[in-house]
Amino acid sequence: MAINVEQEHAVEILSGNEGIARGAWEAGVKLASAYPGTPSTEILEELAGYKDIYSEWSPNEKVAMEVAIGASMAGGRALVCMKHVGLNVAADPFFSSSYIGLEAGLVVVSADDPGMHSSQDEQDNRNYAKFARVPLVEPSDSGEAKDYMVWSYDLSERFDTPVLFRTTTRTSHSKSLVTLGDRTETVPVVKLGRKYTKYVMMPQNAIARHVVVEQRVKDLEEYAEDCPFNRIEMGDPKIGIICSGSAYGYTREALPDASYLKLGMTYPLPKKMIAKFRSMVDKMYIVEELDPFLEEAIKLMGIKIDGGKELNSLLGEISPKSVAESLAKAGVPGINPDLLVELRPTAEGLPNRPPTLCPGCSHRGVFTVLKKLRVFVSGDIGCYTLGALEPFNAVHCSTCMGASISMAHGMAKVQEPEAAKPSGARPDYRNKVVGIIGDSTFYHSGVTSLMDVAYNKGNTLTIIVDNSTTAMTGGQENPGTGKTLLGQPSHSVDLEALVKSLGIKRVTTINDPFDLELVEKVIRTELEAEEASVVITKYPCVLQFKIKRPVFEVEADLCIGCKRCLQAGCMALSLTTDANGDSKVEIDPAQCNGCGVCAQLCKEDCIKRPAPAEGGKA
Amino acid sequence: MSRPTINMLLSGVGGQGVVLASFVLSHVAIEEGYDVKQSEVHGMSQRGGSVTSHFRFGDKVWAPLVSPGAADILMAFESLEALRYINWLKPSGLLVYNAQKINPSPVAAGLATYPEDIDGKIAAAWPRVQCVKANELAIQAGTVKSANVVMLGAVSPALPFKQETWEAVIRKAVPPKSVDVNMEAFRLGVATAANPSATCATGAA
Repeated sequence: MAINVEQEHAVEILSGNEGIARGAWEAGVKLASAYPGTPSTEILEELAGYKDIYSEWSPNEKVAMEVAIGASMAGGRALVCMKHVGLNVAADPFFSSSYIGLEAGLVVVSADDPGMHSSQDEQDNRNYAKFARVPLVEPSDSGEAKDYMVWSYDLSERFDTPVLFRTTTRTSHSKSLVTLGDRTETVPVVKLGRKYTKYVMMPQNAIARHVVVEQRVKDLEEYAEDCPFNRIEMGDPKIGIICSGSAYGYTREALPDASYLKLGMTYPLPKKMIAKFRSMVDKMYIVEELDPFLEEAIKLMGIKIDGGKELNSLLGEISPKSVAESLAKAGVPGINPDLLVELRPTAEGLPNRPPTLCPGCSHRGVFTVLKKLRVFVSGDIGCYTLGALEPFNAVHCSTCMGASISMAHGMAKVQEPEAAKPSGARPDYRNKVVGIIGDSTFYHSGVTSLMDVAYNKGNTLTIIVDNSTTAMTGGQENPGTGKTLLGQPSHSVDLEALVKSLGIKRVTTINDPFDLELVEKVIRTELEAEEASVVITKYPCVLQFKIKRPVFEVEADLCIGCKRCLQAGCMALSLTTDANGDSKVEIDPAQCNGCGVCAQLCKEDCIKRPAPAEGGKA
Repeated sequence: MSRPTINMLLSGVGGQGVVLASFVLSHVAIEEGYDVKQSEVHGMSQRGGSVTSHFRFGDKVWAPLVSPGAADILMAFESLEALRYINWLKPSGLLVYNAQKINPSPVAAGLATYPEDIDGKIAAAWPRVQCVKANELAIQAGTVKSANVVMLGAVSPALPFKQETWEAVIRKAVPPKSVDVNMEAFRLGVATAANPSATCATGAA
């Protein structure tokens, strides 16, 4: 969203993610790879606009990491970006990259999500730096994101190590002023070097490399003392604060006059600098979000602190107000009084506004049917996780990317075989397991799960809801969309052929997932099958592809206010009371997207598409 | 003389243009020589969920977040989202809100009800309220999509920015073919702020 980013410009307002992209460009990065994930997605979207850099969406974070490691081994500065849980997926190559080092700088961005705005956990990925023995860099705002990025490449090359560059939702998505610089072109390495002992991680080589890695940590400890991004800012010497990342801005706001040790590199830590700061202040506190990462390290140095994690919480985000309140409780003077005002109570009983499937969403019909059939639904990560919410309540577990299929397989394997039913009895599907997964998530890590189902003779039903985009993160391309991040036309995976090649014989594609009768018939048939099967629903995301179909209307005279249609869980529907005091449903034409699910749920046949629109399904 | 930091919270529903409004505010403040920090959250919350954006400007701004109870202005794009965040205002704070009602999903599913007489509840809850019929004015300007720019016009007299700066930034921020409509939307917003009304309820003054 920045205006004139590539133009020669002194100062620009950028998000942290845009700052990272700009920093990568200025550092002469040649390749950037990622899989989309909130709050990291915009880095690559922004980089796609810089023509000097090759950037790509990889199918998952592990692949993205390996692409970047390869580029850096071949002498091109490389960037790989992911959300915090993405680093779990990419952990295997990440740990090895610490051992092998690189030819040109390699920076790994992990955008963490404290408070879980859009995530399944709030792990503190600073721990990964210590775990993998690589330096950890944490910017506090967009200006630092840009500057630290440029510096991280020098750090990476100087110490022959990947750098873990950790942001949080607030540093990635907040905007602040950035002073722009020029691009530094790095010299390309023309020949691929053969460095058997450095690059081939067989045991005898890895044993020797581990020695190098541990020495590197010691060297980095020395360097941390002079690192330009660790600094002491002396104010009132009575109170000293150690912090990094977004906690720095929050604490400056809460305690404007205190002294600060502001850390830009938080692993390894500058022991001498911390001891010196301790001697310069009367009391010293550590303010950090999530884990007591700095605190544990500083306590292990034998340095006394006057307050740390016990003052705030291990849970969720901190804020200027929570920092102010926790320090006030600890008796710290000089706190910004604006942050200590007692809040008036909020209005009571206001309805919540949770996220929901869009009007016209191609997942709506599938969840309507799954709810009706009362199957156990093993869900996955994407917009369709919203099927867990009212009124569907039709996702019963959701763990991580790709887990829907493999967890359903495990569940089915331990189920007791069902007793034979008398013929003609109504089928009971309550103990049947169905996996549901989107196209992008299937390519990310569902393929191997489905391979397992086929290989190990599972009998579960997998529904792949293919809306031809990576919808939840804002509509990114993926291997099935036929386009790359850079907008070039590309091969599109033949999903049905891929599924069949894995060994699944029963594959049905539904091109009209709004046809409830059809969807129900297909799912019932596949639930009765004795072997594994896959149903693909194929309909593009209405939000991403801006699809607008003719709207439906309610014939008020016929509506009896039974609320059956409201089970479609659609924002376009609302219940009103007419002049006679009778309940009637209304459809907001501005929101309706003409999918017709509500019309099919209506038993009174009162929801119709007005003529001369094409024939509705009602 | 140092200028104090002004805190503004924007609230609304995903898809209402809260992000674009924040973008305009940030650029206007930068053009006028302020330090700016602005924060919003992308991702899951945008699918019809409640959306907020934090906007702060001053000589030096440290944190990107407005603190509850410290907002100078709450700019709400939807009535329920006005009432939900009203206690984020400081005692002297101003609420500017669009009298639009968008049902949250539990209401659409028949599981909850939208608060009755929400205009009255807002007026009773806060002393400094300016209600704007932003959707009506936006349609008058040319498209209901410009309601967010009407809201910017309506809030503009409460901010220390020049009219020319607003217009120059909006011109750059919106698609070229909708510049005229958005200019008109902004002017209608400014005009409605000249005669502010605490409520948009029918029959109110």
